[in-house]
Amino acid sequence: MRLRSPHLLGIDGMQADEIELILDTAESLEEIGTREIKKVPTLRGKTVVNFFVEPSTRTRSSFELAEKRLSADTINFSASSSSFVKGETLLDTARNLESMAPDFIVIRHSQAGGPHFLARHTACSIINAGDGPHEHPTQALLDAYTIRKHKGTLKGLRVAIVGDILNSRVARSNLFLLTRMGAKVTLCGPPTLIPLGIRQCGAEVTHDVDQAVAGADVVMTLRIQLERMRSPAFPTNREYAKLYGINRDRVALAAPDAIVMHPGPMNRGVEITGDVADGNRSVILEQVTNGVAVRMAVLYLLAGEIGREAAA
Amino acid sequence: MKLLLKNGRVVDPASGVDETLDLLIEEGKVARVGRRIDEHGAKTIDLSGLVVAPGFIDMHVHLREPGQEWKETVATGTAAAAAGGFTGVACMANTIPVNDSRSVTELITTQAAEYGSVPVYPIGAVTKGLKGEELAEMEDMREAGARAFSDDGKPVHSSLTMRKALEYSRIFDLPIIDHCEDTVLVDGGVMNEGEISTRLGLRGWPGVAEDVMVQRDILLSDYTGGHVHIAHISTARAVDFVRRGKRQKVRVTCEVTPHHFALDETAVGQYDTDAKMNPPLRAKRDMKAMVKGMVDGTIDAIATDHAPHHCDEKCVEFSAAPFGVIGLETAVPVTLDRLVNKGKITLGRMIEMFTTGPAGILRLDKGTLREGADADVTVLDLNRRTTIEPEAFRSKSRNTPFRGWELRGAPVMTIVAGNIVHDAR
Repeated sequence: MRLRSPHLLGIDGMQADEIELILDTAESLEEIGTREIKKVPTLRGKTVVNFFVEPSTRTRSSFELAEKRLSADTINFSASSSSFVKGETLLDTARNLESMAPDFIVIRHSQAGGPHFLARHTACSIINAGDGPHEHPTQALLDAYTIRKHKGTLKGLRVAIVGDILNSRVARSNLFLLTRMGAKVTLCGPPTLIPLGIRQCGAEVTHDVDQAVAGADVVMTLRIQLERMRSPAFPTNREYAKLYGINRDRVALAAPDAIVMHPGPMNRGVEITGDVADGNRSVILEQVTNGVAVRMAVLYLLAGEIGREAAA
Repeated sequence: MKLLLKNGRVVDPASGVDETLDLLIEEGKVARVGRRIDEHGAKTIDLSGLVVAPGFIDMHVHLREPGQEWKETVATGTAAAAAGGFTGVACMANTIPVNDSRSVTELITTQAAEYGSVPVYPIGAVTKGLKGEELAEMEDMREAGARAFSDDGKPVHSSLTMRKALEYSRIFDLPIIDHCEDTVLVDGGVMNEGEISTRLGLRGWPGVAEDVMVQRDILLSDYTGGHVHIAHISTARAVDFVRRGKRQKVRVTCEVTPHHFALDETAVGQYDTDAKMNPPLRAKRDMKAMVKGMVDGTIDAIATDHAPHHCDEKCVEFSAAPFGVIGLETAVPVTLDRLVNKGKITLGRMIEMFTTGPAGILRLDKGTLREGADADVTVLDLNRRTTIEPEAFRSKSRNTPFRGWELRGAPVMTIVAGNIVHDAR
């Protein structure tokens, strides 16, 4: 069993066995993070460029840690420090990075399709660390990993994703992954934040949060992405919190053993109340921990694909 | 110089002719059309098996001169037109500087007279600087050769400005061409809104933002009596609005581009910027509505919206790429292959939409091969097989969504005022 592509550009189009392979591999790599010496030589001599055109704390540190635990050499570029701000095109930046012969480029980009563009124009393995409102595949994988740890399986689970679906790459990647693995996904938010055609992507949609959460095994809340909105999608944060905020009363409607997730960064008091975020149902920090193992698994498996390509 | 075209199938919808005839051209005019013409001293060309049609007119192109000559010039754009079977093009006003005054109109006509392979009919701006506020000097531009007015690339957003433009245009009875887009409602959209835009995480350009402007323009045309022409119509509902408007005798006409009837939104694929244009490629049902509109006469013209962009400009992230694709060298083969050879429209209907349709809208005394008419001729080979190879284009740009398409039917010869400007028989 192996991955079918040398890149991880998105979950859309991935097969269930590939997703399972990544999750299983993450499970076997997770133990490394608990050792006293948290390092294995797997990617020794491999170079990874972390190219972050959009700000990120969690994802970037998580990738860097995963790379270091696998002994890869890492270089970091961010939008503010790169020649990107001097008007260099993505194509030229990519060609320049490629000239330094990296094996991987991990890219975070503000535009949908940025990683696909790099994959077309460079020879190295591209990992999408979030492209605009499109996809965030490693986030969906670490969410799936976290869910599987708690529930044993993804199949048949009822997952409610609540919040700004329109602007969320996390929502899209999770929807593609969870439906592919046989879970039932209900998306919930104000109609102004639900993209057209999302039902055809396999989601159930409701604008009633109580209905979305009722009996759910997993309640995932999303941040309101004001930075992507060109015009306001709801009147006030106060009214949003009233309609869609996840609080204790709403969590009580979910299954008795339901878990509460959030990809971060959180706006406490808006999409989630502090007591829920910090409460015993919350697995929010576990998601962060699991992110490292999942990203190690992705790097490890893709490195195998690179070797295969070179040998072919 | 006399030119005798022998044994071609002359298809001239304007005069109801569709039969094998000879055509004699003298001094740039059609001298005679008839059976077995023999003329001493005429250059004779045998066109057996080919279709002889009135010269095709593309009423919507961007020649990019002045101001963006790295994308296209009058010389290269008209060379592309000749190679694509066109004997005339109307060029939009969004040049740099904008064609909103006589001096820019004259620059374009001068360049065309000097370097053009085919005649160029400038379209003047409706408003100064395409700003949508004050009307430009339309009469002055008309005198210099402008055949219509448009802020194309942008809509005339203000309903008051549009009302005034339609009223004012009645002085000289030329059309106001509108790019129908409620830009506030489009809100930065880059492809048709729906499942595919959602899947790709791209901002959606909803069809309703076109519909509201088309309906507004029809209402204003009805109210003012001015002729409004809808550029590059792309939605089923907009076609329906035009259909109803025509039924109510409103002075509305419209055009469709080959990409809007031959492609749907799935062509965006994995962020292909050569499938990014404004309005965007729509859903399958919209494509079907275009064909229906062409068959029943709702759609008057096929126009390319030829919009050249340099590779460097298109080779960027999808959202950052400019809107627009070229079409002069693909329009006729795509239409022949996708519509005529597939039996969706008749050859006669296609020829109308490339000749009498645009000529009528632009008030050109063109579009027929009657005796005495200008000798503009487009010769078609309905069975010629071609593969679209952008590297061979006369245009300076390569941004076509039809790259690699294998098509049956092509223009093989172009004659302007009795002169052969392109011959690929």
